[in-house]
Amino acid sequence: MGIISRAFQGRPRDHDEKLPPGQYLVHDFPVLSAGPTPRVPLDRWEFAIDTAEGEVHRWSWQEFLALPQETPTVDLHCVTKWSKFGTEWRGVSLDVLMEDVESAAEYALAYSYGGYTTNLPLEDLLDGKAWIVYEYDGEELAPAHGGPARLLVPHLYLWKSAKWIKGIRLLNEDWPGFWETAGYHNYGDPWREQRYQGD
Amino acid sequence: MEHLDYQDGNALAGPLSEIFTLDVTTAQGTCAGCGRRGALAELRVYGPQPGLVARCPGCEEVVLTLVRGPKDAWLDLRGSVSLRIPITE
Repeated sequence: MGIISRAFQGRPRDHDEKLPPGQYLVHDFPVLSAGPTPRVPLDRWEFAIDTAEGEVHRWSWQEFLALPQETPTVDLHCVTKWSKFGTEWRGVSLDVLMEDVESAAEYALAYSYGGYTTNLPLEDLLDGKAWIVYEYDGEELAPAHGGPARLLVPHLYLWKSAKWIKGIRLLNEDWPGFWETAGYHNYGDPWREQRYQGD
Repeated sequence: MEHLDYQDGNALAGPLSEIFTLDVTTAQGTCAGCGRRGALAELRVYGPQPGLVARCPGCEEVVLTLVRGPKDAWLDLRGSVSLRIPITE
């Protein structure tokens, strides 16, 4: 047996493997904001997917809640270097929302109440990789964390998981969003440390 | 009273001093959103992470953003029509 026991060798190995390069683990849930927090009454809330071909699919809050629900547990990675493991959400998979949407578009621009936007390839929203979530940790999603509902795309840095989501626009060309035009990386893969333009 | 989640534009003075030799917080800017004129020091500044976002106190539109990476700074003046910068000789 070595002189230094396993307990003194830093974080457990499974944490190391789950932590992308340059990230550290937090146990609280930091709030970063780029503007005033929108307050969206549920009777006026609407989510829309509009296609490059001009079709619009809309859901009211009631219609949205009537869709099949999922409860993903995922790790979050913020570009400001904190990561949070095992966060529990409830929401609707983008696969469900996209079921009746026909489009040849390859890109998506998520847009929010309050004016925020973020872009990503459409394929990053499909095949069980993204949700519109409205509960966090068994409670309704607080406005500070993006409530009533936010996008959740946990395999990309958290700025891609647009708070206060209002809709997703499907596009034939990539259209950089708020942070993507302001110096941040266009794609934002935490495992490749794609933080800034040029990374 | 609700806690303010922003600072005034004087919070831009330090970060912008890396880029400009003059103190531009005293510069008069015109908002592209509503046409309001005022000193940058009057803007509402959110951040600093993931970047500084300065909004017009009149219409809340974004006037400028400043992102500081390890090797580069990105200054985006998307919501500013012009800046009138006082120059003392």
